[in-house]
Amino acid sequence: MTTLGPIASHRRQTDRIARLLLGSGTLLALVPLGLILYYLVIKGIGAWSISFFTTDPTGRFFGDPGGIKSAILGTIEMVGLATLMAAPVGVGVALWLTEYGKASRVATLVRYFVDVLTGVPSIVFGLFIYITLVLSGVGGTFAGWKGSVALALLALPIVTRSAEVVLELVPGSLREAGLALGAPRWQVIARVVLPAALPGIVTGVLLAIARTAGETAPLLFTATIVKATSYDLGGPMNSLPAQIFSDVGQAQDRLVTRAWGAALTLVVLILLFTTLARLLARRSALR
Amino acid sequence: METGSIGATYGGRSALGRPPLARLPDRALKWGLAALAAGVVLLIGFFFVRLYIEARPAFEKFGFFGFTFTNDWDVQAGNFGALPLLVGTLITSGVALVIGVPVALATALYTTELCPPRYRGVLAGTVDLLAAVPSVVYGLWGFFVLIPKLRPAEQWFSNTFSFLPFVGGHVAGPSYFIAGLVLAIMIIPIVSAISREVISTVPADHKEAALALGATRWEMIRVAVLPYSRSGVTGAAMLGLGRAMGETIAATIVIGNAPVIGNALFDQGYTLAAVIANEFGEAASNPLHRAALIGAGLILFLLTLIVNAIARGVIVKGPSRGTTG
Repeated sequence: MTTLGPIASHRRQTDRIARLLLGSGTLLALVPLGLILYYLVIKGIGAWSISFFTTDPTGRFFGDPGGIKSAILGTIEMVGLATLMAAPVGVGVALWLTEYGKASRVATLVRYFVDVLTGVPSIVFGLFIYITLVLSGVGGTFAGWKGSVALALLALPIVTRSAEVVLELVPGSLREAGLALGAPRWQVIARVVLPAALPGIVTGVLLAIARTAGETAPLLFTATIVKATSYDLGGPMNSLPAQIFSDVGQAQDRLVTRAWGAALTLVVLILLFTTLARLLARRSALR
Repeated sequence: METGSIGATYGGRSALGRPPLARLPDRALKWGLAALAAGVVLLIGFFFVRLYIEARPAFEKFGFFGFTFTNDWDVQAGNFGALPLLVGTLITSGVALVIGVPVALATALYTTELCPPRYRGVLAGTVDLLAAVPSVVYGLWGFFVLIPKLRPAEQWFSNTFSFLPFVGGHVAGPSYFIAGLVLAIMIIPIVSAISREVISTVPADHKEAALALGATRWEMIRVAVLPYSRSGVTGAAMLGLGRAMGETIAATIVIGNAPVIGNALFDQGYTLAAVIANEFGEAASNPLHRAALIGAGLILFLLTLIVNAIARGVIVKGPSRGTTG
């Protein structure tokens, strides 16, 4: 046996440079994250106060611009309704794909269209809902529930894809055991498959909530931007992203400060849901 | 072995058969779920048709190609040619791709191949956090932090390298470049996450074989990892491109919203998505303007459909082609 010679120095040099480049590329990706979080906290905390969360925007040109109460409540209401719409439909489509459609041609087509939905820009969803629901005047013009429908369309492919992945992970032997005991298909699905996949499904739903809560574009011309707090999903409704967008457009210092405060609130809300989703994903046995 | 009980009858029916009424929930579930799935397919079709119908006034007046490729977007004069918007979308998403993909790929390679295994999860999770920041917050940060801080550096670059094409002249605050940079940051998490997934499917045998032959870490990445995952990474980049094209609010805030084709990278511009977000409010009273904006949405929709279809094709084909290349 011959002994191996040392690695040629130029090869070692190349290796070192390449590793350094990959490492610094990674750092480069983390810099914006750090900067965004830094500025959010620095500029956002200053805007936070009790009245910031308990008053509506005043819309006055001078003096106190008011808080973001209507925006927070609007976001919660609309995202909540969107989740109520998207989660059952999304899980239903995923169930059909895993339990009935499987690898059939129709199922492949459905999967393709779900993928297409994932790629549709959120503003196009907004346009679509504007055309079908606002322009046609179904139940008035702008309304919170129309914003919810736009958000639900956005959440639907996220819920479907993630639910399909976890439903696929439920072992076939569990289904067969249920069927062998004489349980009808729907019982196997409702009592065996769904409970086994539940944590994963909830993770997907939480991620969809996190994604839709930050969306501005679908809300601009479906729910629009208003000032007053509203509990009526049938009327126009404020939301955090829309409020931030409108404040940025005004370029007044006190409004920009409110925008930073609202942005920090929004990011904290979204991180809450994302973290919850990740904790759940880690605890779930299937993932 | 007692097999007799299988065929036994209870109360006049076979033990295996269920009365029709008991089969009802099963049928209902099956067809209900199928209807939901079919609904998704129908929805996209409906989507497309409605957008087309509403955009038709603009297409009828200017012609589809006249609308798409005329460099004249003048709301006051009632001229709607979407070329400046299309060009803006292509430039900003191009810049995003050029900046974002190498960084995302480096991150993915570092996370999967170089980083100590116990930090892998943390690193991947941290990069994924970039995806949790909403578009409007990127816009806010880009407008009030990135633009003022980067301006001196941009002006220096513009003056020093003015011999390069599309560089030089006065640096506008909001610009194609800033928008591209913000979009680059926004597509890093998705490109990096998909690349990570693709890279983790490279068989350990290939990597170990390279290492066993005396390759350094980098040589192992170059001969074993990159060829195998090339098509997957390309697909990830295409998906990132689709995202960048459709990104609305962040681009609207930092692009400058000038409906002309800028001469340089540091000029103000407009994108298809930004024009819709920005002008829709005022367009409600002008049917032609509204149709033109919906037309812009339709072009955007088609663009992203094409890009995503290519991305999907490349990723699906990935593993089988990767082994030979």
